[in-house]
Amino acid sequence: MDLFNIPLPAILSQLVVGLINGSFYALLSLGLAIIFGLLNIINFAHGAQYMLGAFAAWFGLQYLGINYWVALLVAPLAVGAFGMLLERTMLSRLYREDHLYGLLLTFGLALIIEGLFVQGFGVSGNPYATPEALRGPVNLGFMMLPKYRLWVIVVSVVVCIACWLVIERTKLGAYLRAGTENPRLLQAFGVNVPLMITLTYGFGVALAALAGVLAAPIFQVSPKMGSDLIIVVFAVVVIGGMGSILGSIVTGLGLGVIEGATKVVWPEASNTVIFVIMAIVLLVRPAGLFGKEK
Amino acid sequence: MTSAFQPDFEQLHVEDLHAFYGESHILHGIDLRVNRGELVTLLGRNGAGKTTTLRAILGLTGRRTGRISLNGRDIIGWPTHRIAHLGVGYCPEERGIFASLSVEENLLLPPAVRSGGMGVEEIYAMFPNLAERRRSQGTRLSGGEQQMLAMARILRTGANLLLLDEITEGLAPVIVQKLGEVLTALKAKGYTVILVEQNFRFAAPLADRHYVIEHGRVVDEIARAALPGKMDALHTRLGV
Repeated sequence: MDLFNIPLPAILSQLVVGLINGSFYALLSLGLAIIFGLLNIINFAHGAQYMLGAFAAWFGLQYLGINYWVALLVAPLAVGAFGMLLERTMLSRLYREDHLYGLLLTFGLALIIEGLFVQGFGVSGNPYATPEALRGPVNLGFMMLPKYRLWVIVVSVVVCIACWLVIERTKLGAYLRAGTENPRLLQAFGVNVPLMITLTYGFGVALAALAGVLAAPIFQVSPKMGSDLIIVVFAVVVIGGMGSILGSIVTGLGLGVIEGATKVVWPEASNTVIFVIMAIVLLVRPAGLFGKEK
Repeated sequence: MTSAFQPDFEQLHVEDLHAFYGESHILHGIDLRVNRGELVTLLGRNGAGKTTTLRAILGLTGRRTGRISLNGRDIIGWPTHRIAHLGVGYCPEERGIFASLSVEENLLLPPAVRSGGMGVEEIYAMFPNLAERRRSQGTRLSGGEQQMLAMARILRTGANLLLLDEITEGLAPVIVQKLGEVLTALKAKGYTVILVEQNFRFAAPLADRHYVIEHGRVVDEIARAALPGKMDALHTRLGV
């Protein structure tokens, strides 16, 4: 069976490649959505924090003998802790101000962090070896897929579903949802909302760092890796609906696939298709596919 | 609640409380005392500062000065969540039911602030409508049911000082009557209640004392026994 005279296996393999990109979109936009929901801050430092995750893994392997599996846990914790420090010392002063201030501050932080890393490590990027256990291909029937890429898809989907379940089905998630709606009232009930905000920001940042560690063996570990990706991720967030958890997951994965499909049909458009979709969604549903009008 | 063995315990004492929203000076020196087990109302016209008084006690306004003593502790500089853990339950004027939570999640949301709160079954027995609709989205309830839920969720936490803001506003008479029964039951259990109320006919038979607030100050304090002689003055004050 051919579509537009393109063999089916070629289509399927592009869709799988799209799903890998989608895995990163989903993890990153999920973190952005959680942060925006509770803090009302558009975290422009998210791309830099993703890059920090990749660098933490690379630095750990290079200098401290920390292998991939340990980095998968330690790098998000370290970068998340750094995020909490930023929240306590800087972001927390901006909650009474307009959203724009948070955006400007995090954008500035992103530029500073990236600048420092360009200064220290150059722009060319460093390779990160795929862990032993995940080397080699898997045969999916229609294509040979590197094992590591399959692993990225599985981890991303599992982490996203786990986050969604925690937010929608547990007491902790109920606090998060209530805090997103009315933090002052939640605090009047005796919940330590300032602490919750710090931890939530740290968690969102840790998700970005986790995506960074996952990305390290696929892409070059370079200071600019985050800023390349984050523009697309913001388009994903806008399409899904600012602050919508489910929206960020579904549109993240979905847009990756659509991007892959576009590569088959009209390769030249694959870099712009997400922005075209964003423009259409903004015209038809300004709050995003899963967003609620405020 | 006064007896030889349990003399009046002063649960809340507010002295010369000033509160601000940004640059606006809203409270100009509020003075109140509420003893344990008392039901006290704050009466006054719209904009007199009744709601702000409740919010200021919880630290939900902007800058505050003066003294607020709760269970003998000076809490004016405390963060809001710590004040709640001294046993304060707050029912805001807009009810504050969370749309992204189900009825039961709303009910179970506030953490316990003291031991001895009502059990969930006891609460469902008091408000059977909530039990029937426990899986519904919180804001899908009728106005009256949302008010019941807003009351019910602070009874679960063990709070023994309830700050209730305009709980009868916009509700049908039959629901207002039900709320009156609930308040009577709570009083019998020894809860301390501060009730902000426009509906004087609802508040009068329930309350031990009334504070009349005007322009951010307490301008009169009327004990229940003195009420009949003060009705004319009160009507003038409240403009009803």
